[in-house]
Amino acid sequence: MLEGSIPSRPVYGVLEMRPGRLHLMVADAEGAEAILDLAASAPPDFFAGAHIVYIPKKTGDRFVARLEHLAPAQIYVGPSYEAALPRLRRVLAGAHMGLQVYLAGTEGLMGQAMLEAMQAGIPHSAIQTEHRGSTVRRVQCVHCKGITEDVTHDPFQCSHCGLHLFVRDHYSRRIAAFQGVRVDAEDPGNIPQSVERFR
Amino acid sequence: MSAGAAKILVKVAEVTPVNELVTRFRFVRRDGGPMPTFSGGAHTVVEMNDKDRVRRNPYSIMSDPADREGYSISIRRDDNGRGGSLFMHRRVRPGMEMVISNPVNLFALDLRARKHLLLAGGIGITPFLAQIKQLAAMNGNFELHYSVRTTSLASYADELVANYRPRVHLYHDDRGEQIELPALLDGQPLGTHVYVCGPKGMIAWVRKTAAALGWPREAVHHEEFLAPASGKPFQVMLARSNKTIQVGEHQSLLEAMEEAGVEAPYLCRGGACGQCETDVLEYEGTFLHKDHWLTPAQCASGTRIMPCVSRFEGKTLVLDR
Repeated sequence: MLEGSIPSRPVYGVLEMRPGRLHLMVADAEGAEAILDLAASAPPDFFAGAHIVYIPKKTGDRFVARLEHLAPAQIYVGPSYEAALPRLRRVLAGAHMGLQVYLAGTEGLMGQAMLEAMQAGIPHSAIQTEHRGSTVRRVQCVHCKGITEDVTHDPFQCSHCGLHLFVRDHYSRRIAAFQGVRVDAEDPGNIPQSVERFR
Repeated sequence: MSAGAAKILVKVAEVTPVNELVTRFRFVRRDGGPMPTFSGGAHTVVEMNDKDRVRRNPYSIMSDPADREGYSISIRRDDNGRGGSLFMHRRVRPGMEMVISNPVNLFALDLRARKHLLLAGGIGITPFLAQIKQLAAMNGNFELHYSVRTTSLASYADELVANYRPRVHLYHDDRGEQIELPALLDGQPLGTHVYVCGPKGMIAWVRKTAAALGWPREAVHHEEFLAPASGKPFQVMLARSNKTIQVGEHQSLLEAMEEAGVEAPYLCRGGACGQCETDVLEYEGTFLHKDHWLTPAQCASGTRIMPCVSRFEGKTLVLDR
């Protein structure tokens, strides 16, 4: 499990069943396993009120059949978070109080889906999360404001402006990204060796 | 630093009977200056010099938060209470000089809400009167469901209906009307927050029903001031002040400390805000925890007490105060 370092660094829990009218589950890659684990302790009719939005990424069809086997009211399997976003927004726009949101998988997916849920009016502390799989990060360059997805190395080169950025644990819920700060701001050109910190 | 929020020296501008149980009091500053701003849901602690004792009771401010000329509160007479409401009803007259505290808000609107669902029971309407004025001024989305005993005891119902008709729903006990809570909560748009102020049973009912329907705890707000319960007198040793005091049958531990000249912190005096939390250094006996602040584990630990409402029975109690 990812550990907290500074207060803004998100910490994640373990998904648990909560009472609700509709259970919206958004997961990517190994995040499917968190939903399957939740299902192991759920009553038989629990998924009749569930809507699963799943982005398999590199896991391909490894978990898809098992998710379908849960017989959720609706299941969507899509190629990317961006592709799933219109559906997610539509579900949230029509939702009522009593909606439970469950997020599982990578930090980038959970952060972005949490942002949508928060903007729809759910307090962030009422949204459940469980980290599974990759620890790659979504990082915003504080200089050009461009966001680079799936950052593995620190420092790394901003995919927008090309600056070499140090990856901080400083996280923004509003942007759903970690902060990347120019590593050679004080001493231009002095760029430390890049190491793989996130896999 | 003195205990409690800063004081305001006021005089009573108006005393207005509202119905057979409720009277409204309006306070203005003695120096004629503006009152501090407050937000809807705030309360003020009113000090009452009642013979040989000082009573301090919290009351929700019901007037318009935009009105800085004065504060209005409405008090329901409680003939079986500890005497604060009787003092206000029987002794307070226009022109009288009194002391009230700066406003403190433990029941604020969450302005991130898409919709505010306000549930009032009886005199629990008072914080909502200020909140509704605040919401109406900002074109906020709200709905009030107000449960009253009878038409004649429905404080401010007429003006609420006249000013905000489609948003105000009244329920009369004597006509067998009741808020249909599960139906009301079910189907509220995402981002709705519910607020409840009223009798203890009503608050518990709303919290329980909302939780069962999957409402997040953060979207359910309640306010309940507890009056300090009477009980057996007990003795307390205050280690830092090096004093031993007696807490009387109808007195709270906080009041006994104040009477002994000990500056003890407080804000709400009703077991809600946590300000008066006091460390226990030593005890032999049983705590009678009454507050909403300490967790069950903290209560069981015997390491702290909320002197505004909680009591003690036993041989020895030593507090770090």
